[in-house]
Amino acid sequence: MSFDEVKDLLISKFGEEVIVGEERTGMQPALIIHHDRIAEVCLELRDNEKTYFDFLSCLSGVDYGVEENMFGVVYHLSSIPYKTQLTLKVKKYHDRSREELPSFPSVNEVWKTAEWHEREAYDLVGIYFENHPDLRRILLPDDWEGYPLRKDYKAQEYYHGIKV
Amino acid sequence: METTHSNAPYKTKYEKLIAEAQSTEMILNMGPQHPSTHGVLRLELITDGEIVKEVIPHVGYLHRCFEKHAENLTYQQTIPFADRMDYLASMNNSHAWVMGVERMLGIDKEIPKRIEYIRVLVCELNRIGSHLIALGTYGIDIGAFTPFLWCFRDREHIMNMLEWASGSRMLYNYIWVGGLFYDLPVGFEERCKEFIDYFKPKMKELNELLTENQIFISRTANVGILPLDVAINYGCSGPMLRASGLKWDLRRVDEYSAYPELEFDIPIGKGEMGTTGDCWDRFKVRVDEIEQSVKMIEQCLERLMKDLKRTPDFDPRAKLPKKIIPKAQDYYLRAESPRGELGYYFITDGKSEIPKRVKARAPSFNNLHVISEISRGILIADLIAIIGSIDIVLGELDR
Repeated sequence: MSFDEVKDLLISKFGEEVIVGEERTGMQPALIIHHDRIAEVCLELRDNEKTYFDFLSCLSGVDYGVEENMFGVVYHLSSIPYKTQLTLKVKKYHDRSREELPSFPSVNEVWKTAEWHEREAYDLVGIYFENHPDLRRILLPDDWEGYPLRKDYKAQEYYHGIKV
Repeated sequence: METTHSNAPYKTKYEKLIAEAQSTEMILNMGPQHPSTHGVLRLELITDGEIVKEVIPHVGYLHRCFEKHAENLTYQQTIPFADRMDYLASMNNSHAWVMGVERMLGIDKEIPKRIEYIRVLVCELNRIGSHLIALGTYGIDIGAFTPFLWCFRDREHIMNMLEWASGSRMLYNYIWVGGLFYDLPVGFEERCKEFIDYFKPKMKELNELLTENQIFISRTANVGILPLDVAINYGCSGPMLRASGLKWDLRRVDEYSAYPELEFDIPIGKGEMGTTGDCWDRFKVRVDEIEQSVKMIEQCLERLMKDLKRTPDFDPRAKLPKKIIPKAQDYYLRAESPRGELGYYFITDGKSEIPKRVKARAPSFNNLHVISEISRGILIADLIAIIGSIDIVLGELDR
């Protein structure tokens, strides 16, 4: 199924407002999905027999920069029966306040792959995933301060008395 | 059970598991310095006697900030870091990285054929080396010492050859964006052919000693069965996925580099000794993949010695771009490393020589995740067999 057909399928299923934009400039076009609807969209794309995106290749948390204050998650889907690939994105404005993290629905119910990848995005970029069963840091120690892949990250000076 | 605890104040599944461990159960730490966790991996086991009730992997002990480094270095400078991800298969890592950058620059079609064939040749050599480690250490994990020494003996030839070509034994920095560090040394093709002739009967010996050994089969058949739907849902790839019975190899699916011109089969697990997707199948898929790699190397050598022969004026650095500044775009590239789908996701801004964001999708990361699913209710001794059969490399898992 081509990119446009997937787009039409999603619009006919969920309505116009589910797709908030698209990016066609690069070699891999991407659909930007409304940030609250991503889990149901993913479930539909996995189970619909015309798409069967049954394999989640990669899930990446992204900080789009200090000027834009935009956070996002990028999903790289792959369909084993059809040998197709699809990129989905969600984006959200966030003012980098300390109290609350930018938050997106978890897709861990759709693909278990997402469970660890979302933990990684939480750990390194500081994105909260709603309904995630086990959202802990994964690569860094549990008591690490800050999120290293954020663009405004400054490493703490000492960690347990060891100079960082 | 579920209903009574659903309102308990546990923030994560992990807290719940630990807090609800019964007094008859024991929480046991396996690793991070355990010889059969293949590096610094810690598994927290909730055990009831000899039975493993739950496995909770803790990773990150070897985290070296690959993604952070990649955001601060140029594409060419990151290649040595990409090498260090999966340190048993450096060539495959840098090949994937380089392909991604070349496609973003739009020069991937201009790479000379000889360079593509050399890349595939060294990658397949490296794949054999990596699989030999997997097979040898797997033997030692479950009590067979001799195959380990045999595998390391044969791998040494590969190490020496790759050292001859690149100058280092494990972390090569040989494949560059747009070309190679250097052409193959004079006489490499002949030496490689000699090695292949020497190596072929050795695989037969290894099969007789280990693969078809009754003790080995008893330890691995019907252990750690990974059903295909679980494997796909957990994002397993490479030999893990193929052992569960799916013909899925990115070298065939994506047809990158010189692979479309090579003839090879994709071995899959058939459940010959037990059930499809058990530890023996995963082992056997790797053994069969070595054979296929040998086949590919032979084809590469044939072309490299005939129509793509070295010429005095051939310069593997001729196509090297002076400045690597890809257009503003997102690009995800996936390639088949010895452990499965290795992916790099780039975000570039079109202005600088440094990517804005890089995410590495390491195959071991997803392959290990499934361990808690397939290790419920097994014996501790079988857990060792399962970890070994996944063939993790912590360097790439923790990045």
